[in-house]
Amino acid sequence: MSKLKSIALFYINGFRTMPRWARMVWIIILVKLFIMFFVLKLFFFPNILKKNFDTDEERANFVIEQITRN
Amino acid sequence: MLENIDFTLIDWSRAQFALTAMFHWVFVPLTLGLGFMNAFTETVYYKTGNPEWKKLTKFWMKLFGINFACGVATGLILEFEFGTNWAAYSWFVGDIFGAPLAIEGIFAFFMESTFVAVMFFGWDKVSKKFHLASTWLTAIGANISALWILVANGWMQNPVGTAFNPDTARNEMTNFWDVLLSGTAVNKFIHSTTFGFVLAAVVVIGVSSWYLLKKRELLFAKRSIVVAAVFGLISSIALIVTGDTSAKNVVKTQPMKLAAMEALYDGSENAPLVAFGILGGSETHKNINANSRENFVFKIEMPGMLSFLAHGDFKTFVAGIKDLVLGNESQGIMSYSEKIRRGHIAAQTLVAYKDAKLNNPDGEEFRMLKAKFEDETFMNDYFAYFGYAPYYDENPDVLQQNAFKLVPPISLTFYSFHLMVILGFYFILFFVVVLVLIFKNKYHNKCWLLWVSLISIPLVYIGGQAGWIVAEVGRQPWAIQDLLPVVTAVSKIDASSVMITFTLFAVVFIALFIAEIMILLKQIKTGPKIEEETSNV
Repeated sequence: MSKLKSIALFYINGFRTMPRWARMVWIIILVKLFIMFFVLKLFFFPNILKKNFDTDEERANFVIEQITRN
Repeated sequence: MLENIDFTLIDWSRAQFALTAMFHWVFVPLTLGLGFMNAFTETVYYKTGNPEWKKLTKFWMKLFGINFACGVATGLILEFEFGTNWAAYSWFVGDIFGAPLAIEGIFAFFMESTFVAVMFFGWDKVSKKFHLASTWLTAIGANISALWILVANGWMQNPVGTAFNPDTARNEMTNFWDVLLSGTAVNKFIHSTTFGFVLAAVVVIGVSSWYLLKKRELLFAKRSIVVAAVFGLISSIALIVTGDTSAKNVVKTQPMKLAAMEALYDGSENAPLVAFGILGGSETHKNINANSRENFVFKIEMPGMLSFLAHGDFKTFVAGIKDLVLGNESQGIMSYSEKIRRGHIAAQTLVAYKDAKLNNPDGEEFRMLKAKFEDETFMNDYFAYFGYAPYYDENPDVLQQNAFKLVPPISLTFYSFHLMVILGFYFILFFVVVLVLIFKNKYHNKCWLLWVSLISIPLVYIGGQAGWIVAEVGRQPWAIQDLLPVVTAVSKIDASSVMITFTLFAVVFIALFIAEIMILLKQIKTGPKIEEETSNV
C-alpha cells in the first residue's frame, strides 16, 4: 500500500512542480485529445461498417459487394 | 467500372490521409532519434558525474518532451480515417492491422505512463541508475512502438503470411513471423528508424550551431555536436545501406515502383541509373500509353548501375514501365492485361461463392467454389491478382487503356526519389565535414558552415517526407499491393464531407505545428540552464 502511495505521490509531485513550458505542452495535449475524440471522432468519423450493419456477416457481404463491383 | 468512379472522392480521401500521415511524420522521427541521443548523453553523465552532461541531457530531453507531446496521438487520426474513409479496406485487411496496432497502443500507453514519466519527473527522486534505465527504455520503446505500424505498412506493400477467407471477406494471419520478418517490413523499419536518428542528429547540430553563431553555450554546443555528428554519421551510412536493400526488395515485390522511381519506360540489360535528371513534358508522364517514350530534358546517367543496384550484376535486365504493363515474354513478365483478366476471374468466383452460399449452402456448386479458395494454384495464379479486377473491360482496347491506369504518377515519384537520395548522400558528407572540423577545433569559426547546419534542419524533414512519397505514391493505385486498389478501398461517402474534414485537419495541424515551433523556439532561446537541476525537467 505504501508503495502504491509513493508511486501516486511521485506522479502528483511531478505534475505539481512542472515548469511553465511543460504546463503549456499538457494544455496542447488535452486540447488535441478533446478535438480528436469529442469533435472529429464524434461528428466526422463514424465507423461506417459498425454504424450501418448489425452483424459481421452483413458487413462481409457489403465489403464483397464493394470490392467485386464491375 | 472505372467510368463510374468518383475520382474527386478518391483524390480528397487520399489527400486527407496523406496530410495526416505526413503531419504525423513531422514529429515521429525526432522522437525516435532524440530518445537515443538523450540515452547516450545521460550515460556519459552517469559514468562521469559531470553536471555539464546532465545539463546537456536535460536540455535535449526538454525538446524531446515538447516534440513528443505535440506528436502524441496524431497517428490515431489515421485509424479514424480507416473506419470512415477506407471502410472496405479496413475490413479487408482484417487482423493484419488490428494486431500490430493493438500491440502498439498497449505498448505506447505503458511506456508513456511509466518510463517517460520517470524520465521527466524522476531527476533526483529515483536513483541515477533507474533514471538512466528509464531513458534508455523510453528510446527503445519509442522505436519498438514504431515497429508495429511499419510492419502493417510493410504488409500493405508486400502482403505475405496471410490467407483470404471468402466467408468473412478478410485476410487472416497464417504466419505472424512471415508478416513481422518479411524483407519489406524489416527494411522499412530499419530504414525509417535510422532516418529518425539522422534527423535528430541534424536537428541537434543545427540548434547547437545557432548557439555558436550567437557565441553562447560554447562548451554545451560543441559537446552536443560531437555526439550528434558521430551518431549521425553512423546512422546516415546505415540509412544508405538500408535504402539499397529496400530498393532491391522493391525490384522483387513492386517492380513498377522501381520503374517509376527511375522514369524507366523501356527495360534493358545494363540499365543505367539516372543520378540527376529533369523530366520533359509533364503531360507525357501523365497519359502513358504503348507509344510513350522516355522523355528527359537533361540527365546524368551511370551506365549499368541500375542493373547492378537491382540485382548485383551490371548485365541483368531491369523491367521498364511498358515491359510491366504490356508484358515481356522473353523476360517472363506477365502483362497487366493478363493480370486484369485473372483478377476478374477471381472476383467473379468470389461473387459466385457468395451467391451459392446464400442460395444453396449444401449444394455441389458451393462446395466446388469453396474448394477453389482452398486451392493453392487458384490462390496463387488468380486470387493473387484480385485487385486488378476493377480495371476489367470486355473490349480488349479499353482493357489495355485501363492497364496503363495502373502506372503510378511518374514525375512525383521520380523527383521525390532523387531528392531523397541526393539528400541521403549530402548528410553523410555533412556529418564527415562537421566531425573533421569539430575535432580540429575549427567548426565554430566557420560561419558559413554554421549557417549550412541551420539550413540543413528543414532539408532533413523534406528528405523524410520525400521518402514516404516514394513509398506511397510509387505504389499507386494500390491500397494493398495487387489485392486492393484505392478505387475499391475507398468508402463511397460524400466527397464534400471529406473536403470539410481535410480543411479542418489542415487548420488544426497548422495550429499545432505553430504551437510546437513557438514553444521549441522559446526554449532554445532560453537555452540550457544549470540551475534547473533541482527542479523537474
